[in-house]
Amino acid sequence: MLAEALFFSAVLFVIGVFGVLIRRNAIIVFMCVELMLNAVNLTFVAFAQEYGAAGQVFVFFVMTVAAAEAAVGLAIIIGLFRHRPTVDLKNINVLKG
Amino acid sequence: MHSLLQAATAAQTATSHPLDGTAARWLWLVPLLPLLGFVINGLLSIVAAYQAGPADPSAAHSEESHAGHGEGHDDAGKHEHHEIPRHRYAGLTSIVGPGVLVLAFILAVLIFVAMRGAGGGGMEHPFVQRYFSWMPVGDLQIDAAFQLDQLSMLMVLVVTGVGMLIHVFSVGYMRDDPGYPRYFAYLNLFVFFMLLLVLGANYPLMFIGWEGVGLCSYLLIGFWFSEKANADAGKKAFIVNRIGDFGFLIAMFLLFANIGTLDFRGVTEGASALAVGGPVVTAICLFLFLGCAGKSAQIPLYIWLPDAMAGPTPVSALIHAATMVTAGVFLIARSSMLFSLAPVAELVVVLIGALTAVFAASIGLKQWDIKKVLAYSTVSQLGYMFVGVGSGAYVAGMFHLATHAFFKALLFLGSGSVIYAMHAAYHHTGNHDDAQDMRNMGGLRQYMPVTFVLMWIATLAIAGIPPLAGFFSKDEILGSLFARAQGSTIAQAHLFGIPGTVWLYIAWVFALSAALMTAVYMTRMMLYTFHGPNRTGEAERSYLKEAPWVMTGPLVVLAALTIGGGWLNLPEFAPLGVVGGLEHWLEPVVGEYTKRVIGGAAPVSPGLELGLVALAVVIAAAGIAIAVARLDPKMLVPKSRSPQEEGFEKVLVNKYYVDEIYDEAIVKPVVGVSRQLLWRGIDVGVIDSLMVRGSAYLAQLTGFIGSQFQSGRLGTYAWVLTLGVLAVLGAFTIR
Repeated sequence: MLAEALFFSAVLFVIGVFGVLIRRNAIIVFMCVELMLNAVNLTFVAFAQEYGAAGQVFVFFVMTVAAAEAAVGLAIIIGLFRHRPTVDLKNINVLKG
Repeated sequence: MHSLLQAATAAQTATSHPLDGTAARWLWLVPLLPLLGFVINGLLSIVAAYQAGPADPSAAHSEESHAGHGEGHDDAGKHEHHEIPRHRYAGLTSIVGPGVLVLAFILAVLIFVAMRGAGGGGMEHPFVQRYFSWMPVGDLQIDAAFQLDQLSMLMVLVVTGVGMLIHVFSVGYMRDDPGYPRYFAYLNLFVFFMLLLVLGANYPLMFIGWEGVGLCSYLLIGFWFSEKANADAGKKAFIVNRIGDFGFLIAMFLLFANIGTLDFRGVTEGASALAVGGPVVTAICLFLFLGCAGKSAQIPLYIWLPDAMAGPTPVSALIHAATMVTAGVFLIARSSMLFSLAPVAELVVVLIGALTAVFAASIGLKQWDIKKVLAYSTVSQLGYMFVGVGSGAYVAGMFHLATHAFFKALLFLGSGSVIYAMHAAYHHTGNHDDAQDMRNMGGLRQYMPVTFVLMWIATLAIAGIPPLAGFFSKDEILGSLFARAQGSTIAQAHLFGIPGTVWLYIAWVFALSAALMTAVYMTRMMLYTFHGPNRTGEAERSYLKEAPWVMTGPLVVLAALTIGGGWLNLPEFAPLGVVGGLEHWLEPVVGEYTKRVIGGAAPVSPGLELGLVALAVVIAAAGIAIAVARLDPKMLVPKSRSPQEEGFEKVLVNKYYVDEIYDEAIVKPVVGVSRQLLWRGIDVGVIDSLMVRGSAYLAQLTGFIGSQFQSGRLGTYAWVLTLGVLAVLGAFTIR
């Protein structure tokens, strides 16, 4: 049971990573980040089955932080869209020092 | 200073000396007086430079054109410009400058009287006055201390006495120079360092004086530095002297390494532990002699002295004839405890001295510049002194040093008064001819009778005509050399496989031929300057006149010394007074070492000695006769119309091309290596390009590579982050 759950969460995580790396749309990239977090949550829950409830407690923390992050991240994307009429990351390269 | 003195006297009480409590306790004041003069005159010079008025460096001097003036010419009269008043502090300087020397001389005489009075026991030891510990470094203990013994007393008297006369002469000679206080400041400083040199109780303190007089020599040769030739002559003197100083330093290192002390007293005690004729003592002596060759202008380092004539003439008289250049002779006499142990080194000293004497004298035969003749004459006479001290006849060498100081100072000051008159005459008519070239002089006898008579006295003295000073001293050197050629320790030494006896006879022949040439070139100088028709020019003739009394006065005193100087040390065959006075006086200092050198040499029999004396006199007289017979001043024409010399004469006029040879063999290779290898290769190539600019390029390159990671694209950052995480995780997995 554990092996299947871990394999599934690994697949989810890799999908999230590739989404972040390859997709250009900021919203999708953002969603892929959420996907990676949830893959980790799945791992915690799976391990909690074997090693006690600490993993489940951690999931709550992760979800709280993820909610906060989602709010901040979406606010940034909306702010970005107001600044220039696109959310395509190809056009956003102002991070250069 | 007072507490120091008390400490000094407290230290002295342990070993009482007959000079304690006499005038000798004021010994420290003798060098301090000229130093005081230096401070005052230097301040006057600096203060004046900040005020409006005649400026120094001499603006007036550079304004005038000096076309037609060759290198190294003394331009004293040129400073006499109608619009330029005397320096504003000239009056005060004229009192302070010579005044401190007069006081120092009086003090020196008082100390001398005290030394004479303190006869009896104890005077065979030097009187050492210790002031403070100068360099206490482990085993090396060097005190600031003065040593007064018979040898340094003689030098102090010569330096302050002759120095005093030359200071007085300078008051007249430098009268209208814009740099008047600066001149006296340098001259006072020179006397201070010279006294430090002769009074220092150890080699390092002597070395300070040795370097100091070199510095003052540099400053005074380039006194009129606005002309490049003068500044270059100063630099040449300074650089050539550094080569000699290197030898002096090495000798001191060797002394410390082998004896462990640098005090004269300590070295005297420690020298007996060295092997006689061993490599150590021979090396020490040869390195010391290298120092002497630099300072006292011996082959191969003599080349700076003739160029040093670029300085004012009284400077040439004081520094480059009477005192500083004799420091080398003094050093060997002072180090007689070492030299008497190294016969091979002494042989080298004799040979170099004899070679220099004959070499310089032959150059002097064909020089036209009156000061150049005297310069080569000085080099030649210094060679004589080295023949004396080298052959272990320390008294004879020091005797010639003293008499030479008298008559050469007289000759130089006389030539100074001639140049002064010539310059004044040329100045009145605006003539720009060479005022130092003898071809432009002639017949000055009727215009400057006092200088004429006094210079003839000095000429006869240097030629060796009895009973003038030069006869006695030169004869003693020749006699000692002849006597030591058989049986002495030097005669038994070998150099290049040839016994010392042969070398000494060769040196004796050289010295005799130098004596002949000395008589010839000195008579030639006198004939061309004072006899025959006047070649100055019609307009100038009426302005030629004798120098003022402030200049002729010192000449008269020096002439008296030149006549009477021989009485310092009369030989046995001429008992006209106290026989061997100087020899007796210096007995405590060098007597033991003289005996050590003489070894088994038998004294020359009275008959042979008289024969040798007669030979020397005949040679001197023959030289004068040859010059009078062969040279006709009436045939001379002024410099501008003189023909070029041919053949060997041309070689002599060009001083054997030694300067040119040195230039090709040493200066140009050094400059070439410096320019091509050190400058273009190492400095520009390695240090500038590789090190300085290379490190800048490296930083730039690193920055460029780093900047490529920062594209500003989020995707790239994410990729790099991921790859980094994978690399870290991979590294953990593999391990």
